[in-house]
Amino acid sequence: MYGLNLDWEIEPGPRTCTLEDYKGAEARWCPGCGDHAVLNAVHRLARDERWPTERTVVVSGIGCSSRFPHYMSTYGFHGLHGRALPVACGIRSRRPDLDVIVITGDGDCCAIGTAHWIHAIRYNMNLTVLLLDNNIYGLTKSQTSPTTRFGEKSNTHPKGSFFASLNPISVTLGIPNASFVAQTIDWNPPHLYATIKAAHRHQGTSFVRILQRCPHFTPHVFAPAQQDLNQVLLMTHAEGIQLEEPARKLFPNCVEHDPRDLAAARRLADREDVYPVGLFYRKEGALRYDEHTATGIDFTPQQKLDALNRILDRFRI
Amino acid sequence: MSKELAVASGFSEHRCILLPVDQHIVEIVSDSGEGAQTCGQMFGALCAKSGFGVWTVEIIPAEIEPPARSRAGASGNRIRIGSQPVTNAGDCADLVVAFNEQVVYSRIDAGALRAGTLLFLDNCWASDPDPSIRSMYAEAVEDFLRRGYEVSEIPVQEQCRQYTEDPRRGKNMWVLGMLCALYDLDMDLVRRELAQRFARKGDAVIQKNLALLEGGHNWTVKQVERRFHVPARKPAQPMVVMNGNQALGLGIMAAGIELCSMYPITPATSASHFLASVFEQVGGFVHQAEDEIAAIGFAIGASYAGKTAVTITSGPGLALKTEFLGLAVMAEIPLVVVVVQRGGPSTGLPTKIEQGDLLASLYGSPGDSPKIVLAPATIEECFHFMVLARKLAEEFRGPVIVLSDANLATGQQPFPRPSPSLSWLAPPVDQNDWNPDVPPFAWDPKTGLSKRPVPGQKGGEYVLTGLAHDEHSHVAYESAINQRAMEMRSRKLAVLRSALRPPAVHGDAEGDLLVVGWGSTLGAIEEAVDRLRAEGWRVSSLHLRFLSPLEPGLPEIFARFRRVMTVEINYSDTPGQPYIEEGSRRYAQLATLLRAQTLVDVDCWSRVPGSPLPPGAIVEALRPRLEAITRNREVESCTA
Repeated sequence: MYGLNLDWEIEPGPRTCTLEDYKGAEARWCPGCGDHAVLNAVHRLARDERWPTERTVVVSGIGCSSRFPHYMSTYGFHGLHGRALPVACGIRSRRPDLDVIVITGDGDCCAIGTAHWIHAIRYNMNLTVLLLDNNIYGLTKSQTSPTTRFGEKSNTHPKGSFFASLNPISVTLGIPNASFVAQTIDWNPPHLYATIKAAHRHQGTSFVRILQRCPHFTPHVFAPAQQDLNQVLLMTHAEGIQLEEPARKLFPNCVEHDPRDLAAARRLADREDVYPVGLFYRKEGALRYDEHTATGIDFTPQQKLDALNRILDRFRI
Repeated sequence: MSKELAVASGFSEHRCILLPVDQHIVEIVSDSGEGAQTCGQMFGALCAKSGFGVWTVEIIPAEIEPPARSRAGASGNRIRIGSQPVTNAGDCADLVVAFNEQVVYSRIDAGALRAGTLLFLDNCWASDPDPSIRSMYAEAVEDFLRRGYEVSEIPVQEQCRQYTEDPRRGKNMWVLGMLCALYDLDMDLVRRELAQRFARKGDAVIQKNLALLEGGHNWTVKQVERRFHVPARKPAQPMVVMNGNQALGLGIMAAGIELCSMYPITPATSASHFLASVFEQVGGFVHQAEDEIAAIGFAIGASYAGKTAVTITSGPGLALKTEFLGLAVMAEIPLVVVVVQRGGPSTGLPTKIEQGDLLASLYGSPGDSPKIVLAPATIEECFHFMVLARKLAEEFRGPVIVLSDANLATGQQPFPRPSPSLSWLAPPVDQNDWNPDVPPFAWDPKTGLSKRPVPGQKGGEYVLTGLAHDEHSHVAYESAINQRAMEMRSRKLAVLRSALRPPAVHGDAEGDLLVVGWGSTLGAIEEAVDRLRAEGWRVSSLHLRFLSPLEPGLPEIFARFRRVMTVEINYSDTPGQPYIEEGSRRYAQLATLLRAQTLVDVDCWSRVPGSPLPPGAIVEALRPRLEAITRNREVESCTA
């Protein structure tokens, strides 16, 4: 510390953190991409909360947003398309000391990785899951994603999508043991920051869908909501996402919603006239699988050896 | 082969004829659900505990609830016992106990009986209320006699009625008592074993089963004159007896592996069942994932985080895991993958044995993905290879596939009790700070080996990626970097190979024919080779445990034989069939590999019967080849 090599220790103060401490490689997303806003929010939160870089792991799949770990200075795992969640659960399973953040996209989470999404919500391990939803496959250049709206054109459906789009919030609210479900928008940094902060603080799997603009392929999708503030509905509650007063003024359209009310959360999630943002649902004390998976991590080799010898002797002739 | 001796037995009031036998093959077959498997497993374990050599094979019906009295429903166990260690299931049964005549036909179809086989048949069907069943039974008994079996009709059901209201659920323990009498086992040992087996089910269940056991034993002592005496050898060292999947589970624990991440698949799942029942005692955990892909992903996550993990699967699961296997190769993540092979392709023969996943293990991933592939040949090796696999996965920083099969998984064999060591259980990495000057892939330029940082280690922060990357784990598309990274990952296999010894040859070091095998066929191949050598043929065998990298010295060993061939349980074209000629013939999997790697014209004989290859069948396949080689040699020496 401070360039001194001493054989006695002084109690150092908390680490002084700057944004630079959390920046990795330079982000290579398109200018105007909503992913930059999410990255900035995470950098700021990491700085403000002084995340230890060595105990933070950012796990992603494949897609534009899944490049995220490379732009962090923490540990990262940029794995396979759709498979961020099993890896994140595995990391968490025997390492309760690690802070695990999952970055996924609408193709990654809601198409190829759907099974893992459903089951990770059930497992409710302590993970922060950020779904960066731009309604399109961007990295592979404009194919229909599960959240692409009906009739929306893409390179795979030049005459428009045949499918009813999937609502990730409604689906997540339908999974047993969901414990934190929120939605936010990339174009309102205070709300984005406050939502990720609340998600990160939650003990269990927090699922945050971030409506994320793709300036290249789907600029028209969220533009109306960006221009007409009334198209975004802010869910407010003492138990919900808290915003400072100046930021709150940017949301003329508000509704009081108790995040403990699952039925009301589902009704709000299904609204098609507005984008509700804020906390839909939070359940304290939901079952946590990681409390079981970590069983026995404190066993010493000697304890293991003694138990193993006892088990082996049951097979003695 | 054995002379009859009249001996006063322990039950002196009943005269019996004691036949000394070196080895005997016993089968117990019933309808599915009548408990012949439990009976067979217990008899196998008791024989092992009595000091016999033992090898058991399960007879498994194809369906979960097949109709009663059907050939398809035959379920049970084959137990081969001997005074010496037994290494395979052998050829035809010497003694069969069958709960009905139809299941016997299933065994006849499988070639399990011969003229002279002693067949004990439950005679309850002779008095069945259904006349069609009575006549089927009578016809079958006549047919069995015509086929030359020694048929003994015995009143199993009638006797069981004395002890239980539902004899269908008690016959197996009565038959166990009968077998214990036939093979003169120590009844105190048997009672202890039974009490232990049913301990969890309570005293009433133990007493009922004990009554059935004693009933079967006493009836046999009074009514059956013939008994068999297998001279037992008390082993010098402590022994254990278990099946291959239990050995895998124990090996996993002994290897210090603390997480087993799996998805249910036959015939691998029983290893996880066993682990789930005991893993907690060593601080381990079994994760049942939502699918095969998640199972390996979860294990990879744990391993990336510095924990030791295994995933266990079978062929179809291996297919689903290939993308993650590629990631483990690319990003150099240690991982043990156990594949308990079954018949393929597709769903194939889920409960039956095949050695069909060798090439899929080696080459199944797209792109170049060099990985270590091992195959245990015995149940004992199923244990020790887990310890080896974990070490290799960490030292060589990547996935290690261990190929077991359905034969090893369900077969039981005694072997010396392993002595696990503390060093096997040590955690893979400590959490000390990492020198930030050392990149996460600091490939040794000569060996390609490197050490890895894990989360928690300050200074080691890096982003693991499945994209092409340089030694800093930075995404790199430059051709020179890609070429070098591929070299580094491939080099590790050559380094491992340089540390291996050439395999030992069973039999003479030179001769006319060398038979090469891998996996569970070891015992059958060596027994076949021994029989042929006793006939005077110049044949030897060699068994590979390392399939990737291949063990060294093979071309030199092969050069000392006139012909080399593999014997395998997977598909290959048979020469002489329509359209099959040298250019179109598809070889068995190890043969394909050996031909490519050694440039030797390696022949093969392989079959996919869904059951272990009996040594007799191997003898019959090898003999014509030996005759042809000998003829050629004589022609050559004449012309010379």
